[in-house]
Amino acid sequence: MRPTPRSLLRILVPVKRCVDYAVKIRVNAQQTGVETNVKHSMNPFDEIAVEEAVRLRERLKDAVKGITAVTIGPSKAQETLRTALAMGADDAVHVETPEAAIVEPLAVAKLLRAVMDKKGPYDLVILGKQAIDDDAGQTGQMLAGLLGCAQATFASKLDVDVGAGTADVTREIDGGLEQVRVKLPAIVTADLRLNEPRYASLPNIMKAKKKPLEKLKPEDLGVDITPRLQMLKVTEPPKRVGGQKVDNVDELIAKLKKAGVLPGAA
Amino acid sequence: MVRSALSPLPRHVPLLRHGFANAATSFPGSTAPPSAPPQPQLASLTPADIEHFLSFLPASQVQASLAPGSTAQADLDGYNTDWMGKYVGRSRCVLRPRTTDQVSSIMRHCYARRLGVVPQGGNTGLVGGGVPTGSDEVIINLGLMNQIRAFNASSGVLTADAGCVLQTLNTFLTSKGHVMPLDLGAKGSCQIGGNVSTNAGGLRMVRYGSLHANVLGLEVVMPDGRVLRGLRGLRKDNTGYHLHHLFVGAEGTLGVVTGVSLLTPPLSPAVNLALLRLPDYAAVLSVVGTVRAKLGEILSAVEYFDETAWAVVNGDGAAGAEVERQVFGADTVPPGVNLLIETSGSVREHDEEKLTALLEELLDGPHVLTGSLAQDETQLGRMWDLREGIAEACGKAGKVYKYDVSVPIQEWQNVLSTLRQRAAERSEGLIERVVGFGHIGDGNLHINVVCGRYDKAIEQLLEPFMFELVESKGGSISAEHGLGVQKAKYILYSKSPLELELMRKVKAAFDPRGIMNPGKVLPAVAVGEERGGLEGVLQGALAGAGAGALEAGK
Repeated sequence: MRPTPRSLLRILVPVKRCVDYAVKIRVNAQQTGVETNVKHSMNPFDEIAVEEAVRLRERLKDAVKGITAVTIGPSKAQETLRTALAMGADDAVHVETPEAAIVEPLAVAKLLRAVMDKKGPYDLVILGKQAIDDDAGQTGQMLAGLLGCAQATFASKLDVDVGAGTADVTREIDGGLEQVRVKLPAIVTADLRLNEPRYASLPNIMKAKKKPLEKLKPEDLGVDITPRLQMLKVTEPPKRVGGQKVDNVDELIAKLKKAGVLPGAA
Repeated sequence: MVRSALSPLPRHVPLLRHGFANAATSFPGSTAPPSAPPQPQLASLTPADIEHFLSFLPASQVQASLAPGSTAQADLDGYNTDWMGKYVGRSRCVLRPRTTDQVSSIMRHCYARRLGVVPQGGNTGLVGGGVPTGSDEVIINLGLMNQIRAFNASSGVLTADAGCVLQTLNTFLTSKGHVMPLDLGAKGSCQIGGNVSTNAGGLRMVRYGSLHANVLGLEVVMPDGRVLRGLRGLRKDNTGYHLHHLFVGAEGTLGVVTGVSLLTPPLSPAVNLALLRLPDYAAVLSVVGTVRAKLGEILSAVEYFDETAWAVVNGDGAAGAEVERQVFGADTVPPGVNLLIETSGSVREHDEEKLTALLEELLDGPHVLTGSLAQDETQLGRMWDLREGIAEACGKAGKVYKYDVSVPIQEWQNVLSTLRQRAAERSEGLIERVVGFGHIGDGNLHINVVCGRYDKAIEQLLEPFMFELVESKGGSISAEHGLGVQKAKYILYSKSPLELELMRKVKAAFDPRGIMNPGKVLPAVAVGEERGGLEGVLQGALAGAGAGALEAGK
């Protein structure tokens, strides 16, 4: 990535359209994935990412040059961009993929890199730590790897020093909270407690209609999105069967032996 | 003698004193009148009755504090107390049948013995109709009768036990591509039998109509134990009087509803919810007509709630402002009142086009300051909580006197202002908030008067003032909550003596021994009322106004 003039921050926020968080997920009849004929909306972690970008602009004011929202998906994914624009993004990019296409995290990361090359430079990329449909949690990290730049994942707090060209991120990790300082440009993935996203206000929804939205195709960006993984089967977890009560320890041992949990004849 | 002294009879004199109900509706802080004796024709509960119930019901389904029952009286408190904690009975026997036959056997016995019976559903009623007034009534709680009997996917007709919880039915229906035609804040606890018995209205009545429109038939156990099997589930059936309509809204005073056949509308895949902030109620009035006209058939709910309702749900001052910022998506939100508008339809693009056109027009105009649109299901639920959480928030903020009235929407602000002024001038600080909200789509205003405590002084300040106010606007003193125990005595503020007379005839025909939910809906007959006419009513009122038991009609 070309070094950016340190006086202004350009932020990219990738967002994903997934099955709505409140919808009960069911495996489809062919056992190849989940039923998708249900309500979709923006990945909640991406909502948090958009909110964080907007809050950064509110704090840093003129130091932020602009916020671009980008999504990779079928034509309906455009709705997600509308939401991002209504929340405060300035412009949007829609990389349109075929309706039934499966776009894996590596393909997404490659497409994002290409968008950044084409429309950038961007100093900060904020995206959700994972999408709630596949829970992969890989895109941000892969993007950082492809770009060879810093990454700070599972962010629960973000502060940017534009002049110094660094970002201080508090990360949620197993042991507690970790604080890191990364040099810009950097990838930050948003965790749940980073903020509480605002709702889309009507005035902003109306304004969003006039904001620029560019459509691109993977071919335009020179990226091959053919999946490298083959989904063999998707099933629901086995239904819980009822337990049994036993009268005494001897019976317990006999039953455990019979079930093959303990060695020996029952 | 009395007649000549007064002319003409003022309609707003409380004509029928309901001593029986007053006895049991005493709550802390009030000076309770001496307990009224049970109505002469109703019996006292005896151990033999408990034994009889135990002879055909499993012990787990009989909870009695009277021997041979072994439940502690305190364990029956939940059944004896209403949702608001305002009406407290002392029943010693709660029965929980699982089948219609069990209900029939219970009723046969109660009829023979002349025991008072209180049918009870989710116990979420707001006028004390679902709890006993004394200590001899038998509570029949339908909570264990909760089977979905059938669903016809092509007609959308659902047949269900009366004890099915509304939300459970809705969850079942949405998996089949349908929805319940009604929705209310109590959906997690209220049961369809109770909804039917109170003709519950709720949030979607503006779109799907009342239960009268959607109930196709009922299964009812009559007071004498015979089962009225009316679950044919036919859309059209003009063969004689439409009896099931009498049970809809009868609040358990004509029979026990045990099964419901209900028409359910298809689930709309496209749902939108917009929250609007307007400067004042005048702006709301200017906008409501446009909303209905522009949205037409896709409008599925339109709800009003003012700044007092916002404050009680979200907190006063800074806390409330924080929620405002998030939900309206703006740094600063102008103060004002709120409208929630929901659309439901089959084609997303069509609905969005209509809604967007409307919202643009409203934003351009002077009446709407700002607003927001839910972007996903979670936001949708959260926005609905702003409106559906009002009743509960009021209950947590203090002791509530609820008024649920139908008045023309042009009068809503007048009613609220008049009441607020009265509270400010005369309640000596006992009334802390007067919260206004309602189903503006069908003219039903809710007023929650939140006080530090229940107090007879407050009650006297509010009643019959509120009912006189509503009567002066030609409205209904109980739009959807029913009369229960709270408003039985005020029925003449909204119905004429002839209507009351005809209601009594129906009650006598269906429940000749008067065992069904005694003390509810219809006020006890005053002495002399049998003579009929205003003279008889007045004489009865004056006679009954003194102490002593009222002689109830046969």
